[in-house]
Amino acid sequence: MLSRTASNLYWIARYMERADTVARLLEVGSRISLLPSAQGYRSEWDSLLQATGMARAFAQKYGDPVQRNIESFLFFDRDNPSSVASCITAARENGRIVRTALTTQVWDALNTAFQELKQLERAERSTLELSRLTDWTMRHAAMLRGAIDATLLRDDGFNFLNIGYYLERGDNTARLMDVKYYVLLPRVDYVGSGLDNYQWTTLLRAMGAHRAFYWAYGGEVTAAKIADFLIRNPQSPRSLCTCTAGLTNHLGRLAKAYGRETEAQEKARSLAAGIETTTVEAIFDEGLHEFLTRYIAEAAVLANAIHDSYLSGEMR
Amino acid sequence: MTQFNEMFQGAGVRIPYARLKDWVATMPQELRSLKQAEAEALFRRIGITFAVYGEGGDPDRLIPFDMFPRVFSGSEWAKLDRGIKQRARALNAFLVDVYGRGEIIRAGRIPAHLVYRNEAYEKAVAGFVPPKGVYSHIVGVDIVRTGPEEFFVLEDNCRTPSGVSYMLESREIMMRMFPDLFRENRIEPVDNYSEKLRRTLASVAPAKCKGEPTVVILTPGHFNSAYYEHSLLADLMGVELVEGQDLFVDGEYVWMRTTEGPQRVDVIYRRIDDAFLDPLCFRPDSMLGIPGLMDVYRAGGVSICSAPGAGVADDKAVYTYVPDMVRFYLGEEPILQNVPTWQCGRPEDLAHVLANLPDLVVKEVHGSGGYGMLVGPKASRDEIERFRAKLSEAPANYIAQPTLALSTVPTFVEEGVAPRHVDLRPYCLVGERIELVPGGLTRVALTEGSLVVNSSQGGGVKDTWVLAE
Repeated sequence: MLSRTASNLYWIARYMERADTVARLLEVGSRISLLPSAQGYRSEWDSLLQATGMARAFAQKYGDPVQRNIESFLFFDRDNPSSVASCITAARENGRIVRTALTTQVWDALNTAFQELKQLERAERSTLELSRLTDWTMRHAAMLRGAIDATLLRDDGFNFLNIGYYLERGDNTARLMDVKYYVLLPRVDYVGSGLDNYQWTTLLRAMGAHRAFYWAYGGEVTAAKIADFLIRNPQSPRSLCTCTAGLTNHLGRLAKAYGRETEAQEKARSLAAGIETTTVEAIFDEGLHEFLTRYIAEAAVLANAIHDSYLSGEMR
Repeated sequence: MTQFNEMFQGAGVRIPYARLKDWVATMPQELRSLKQAEAEALFRRIGITFAVYGEGGDPDRLIPFDMFPRVFSGSEWAKLDRGIKQRARALNAFLVDVYGRGEIIRAGRIPAHLVYRNEAYEKAVAGFVPPKGVYSHIVGVDIVRTGPEEFFVLEDNCRTPSGVSYMLESREIMMRMFPDLFRENRIEPVDNYSEKLRRTLASVAPAKCKGEPTVVILTPGHFNSAYYEHSLLADLMGVELVEGQDLFVDGEYVWMRTTEGPQRVDVIYRRIDDAFLDPLCFRPDSMLGIPGLMDVYRAGGVSICSAPGAGVADDKAVYTYVPDMVRFYLGEEPILQNVPTWQCGRPEDLAHVLANLPDLVVKEVHGSGGYGMLVGPKASRDEIERFRAKLSEAPANYIAQPTLALSTVPTFVEEGVAPRHVDLRPYCLVGERIELVPGGLTRVALTEGSLVVNSSQGGGVKDTWVLAE
C-alpha cells in the first residue's frame, strides 16, 4: 500500500474520532454548566477548553468563554482545526483522496456526513439545539465506524484505520478525564463531595458509558472506580487499556503481514505494559493529571514512530 | 443553416432512435423529474464532480447529465471505428517520425517550423523510440456531425484526453435507471474499457521489465478537476493512484513509497503535463514532478503514457496536416475528414479570416477547453472587434474554421424535449493493438442554439449508444 494512502486512512480515523470527542466534550460542558457551582458556568467552560489545549486559540478569537461562542468554536469554526466542522471536512477530504481504498458504504458515510454538515452550516443557528449537534456528530462517527467494520477488507488499510482510531481515542479519553482536573483545580475540598461525584458521572455520560459503568462496578460512584474503568478496564470501549491493546494488536498484524517489526511495535507494547501493570493507587499517588499528561506525551511519541515507520514512505 | 437532427427527419424518426420515440412519448412528466433527480443524486453520491478552472465557487459542482441518449447504428459506428483507428495510427507514426528522421518534413509535406519550433516539441526525447513505437496511448478524437454521412474531426487529443469517466458512469446510471431500454435495444457495452486500458498500458512495459508490469496512474492530486476520473480508472484497473511525491528514482528504476518499503514501477499512465514530469528536465520550479524520471525513461527503465512529446501531434496548427499524415504513412485515403481550416499565420488565410470574422470560429492554436475562442455568429460586434485586435497582433497563434451546423439530438429541457447541439469524443487505445470501445463521450450544449459543448462552458453529457447489428 502507498504510504500516502496509509496516511490518509489513518487520518480519516483520527479526524472522525476527534469530531466525536469534541461533540462529547460539548456535552460534558453543557451538563457541568447546569450545575450550581461556586465559580459559575464560565470557569467550567474555561476548564473544558484548557483540557483540550484550545483555550488560547479561543481566547484570541472570542474572548470570554460564553456558551454560544464555545459552541461556535468547537462545532462550526473552520479556523479551529479541531472543530467538528473542520474534522469532518478533513476526514472527508482524506477519504476523497483515497476513494479507491474505501468501499462505497464507507465513502457514503463520510460523504453524507459532509453533505449534511453543509446543510447545518446553512441553517439558522437558533434552530440548532446543542444536543442536536452533538447527537448528529456521534451518529455519523458511529455510522462510519460501522461501515468500516461491516464492509472493509481486513487488509493493511484496515489496520491503519484502526491504529488511527485507537491512538486518537486513547488521547481523547485521557483529555476528557483531564477536564475533571481543571474543573476541580481551585477547590481541593470538593474532592469526594457530592458535587465531585456528580461531575464524574457527567464524564461517564459524555463517554456514553455511565450505564456500562454501573453494570461493571455497581454501588457508589467513586473516583477510583471511574479511573479504573476509564484507564485499566479492558471491558470499557474507551479505556486506555482497550486503546493500547488495540494499537498493539493492529501494529502486530502489520508486522506479521509485512514480515518485519519496527520501533512502532516496540513503543506500542511498552505503552500497553505501562497501563496493564499500574494500579489505581499508583495512578493517584502520581497524580491523575500527571499520569494523563505522561500518557498523552508517550502516545505522541508512538504516533511519531508510526509516521516514520509506515506513513512517511522513508523506510527502505 | 440547416441542422441535422439525429433523431427526427421531417415527420419520420431515424432508425437507430426508433424505440426511443415511444419511450419519451409515454414518459410522464413526474417520472421524468423523478429520474432526473435520481440521476443527480447518483452522480453526487459516487462523487463525479467537475471543478471549473478560474470560476471559484463550488469545487463539487456536478456536470449536467441529460438522460436522452445519443444513438449510433452499427454501420455508422463501423465507419467511425475505422476512421478513428486510422487516425490514431497515423498520429503515432508521425510522432515516431518527427522524433526520428523527420521524413515527412524532408518530403516537404509539413513545414519544419510547425514541428520543431512548436512549444510541444520535446527536444529531450529526440531520437528516442518508446516501447512498441507508441507515443500516444489514448487518442481522443473530437468528432462533429453535420449530416447522415458527414463526420468531421474537430481536433485530436494525443496527450491525456479526459472525460472517459463520464462515458462509463453515464452508462452505469442509465442502466440502473432505465433497464427496460437496455432490454429493448441491443446496446454494445462499454464497461470493458478499463480492462482494455490496463492491457494497453501493460503491453508497452519497458524492455527492462520482466514479468507482470506494475502500472500506476500519476495524478496532480485531489485538487485537480479530473481527480475523480483518475481515481475511478485506478480503481477499475486495480492499480495504485500516485502523486509525484509517492515516486522517486533510485538507480535505473522508478519506485513508489509504500508501507512495505520501495516498490518498482514499470508503466506510468500520467495525467499531468510534460512540463511537470521531471524538474531536472523540464520545469525546475515544479513541485509535482519526479527528479530524474526522464533519465530512467530514456534508458528504458520505465514507460510513460502518453510519451513525453506526444503533444506536438495534437497542436491545432499541426491538425491541418493529419490527412496528409494518413496518406504519407499509411498510403490510405483518410476515412474521416478534417474541418476546413485557415492558418492565420499564412497571410492569404489571415486576410480571408479577417474579412469573414462574423461567420467563423477562431481558436487559439494552443488553447483548450473552449477558452479564448471566438464564435463569430454568436459574438457581438464589440467582441468581434476586440478579437480582431488580438488576432492581428499575433496571427500565428490562431486558426479559423467555418461555423459548422453541428448535428442535434433531442434533449430534456425545461419545456419538454428540444434539439441541442452535440459532439463526440471516443477514446482510442493504442498499444500492442489498437482498440476502441463502441461508445464515447457525447457532450451537449444545453443552451438553446449554443455550439460550445465544453463542460467548462456549461455543457452537459449524454450516454452514447452503439447498437449491435
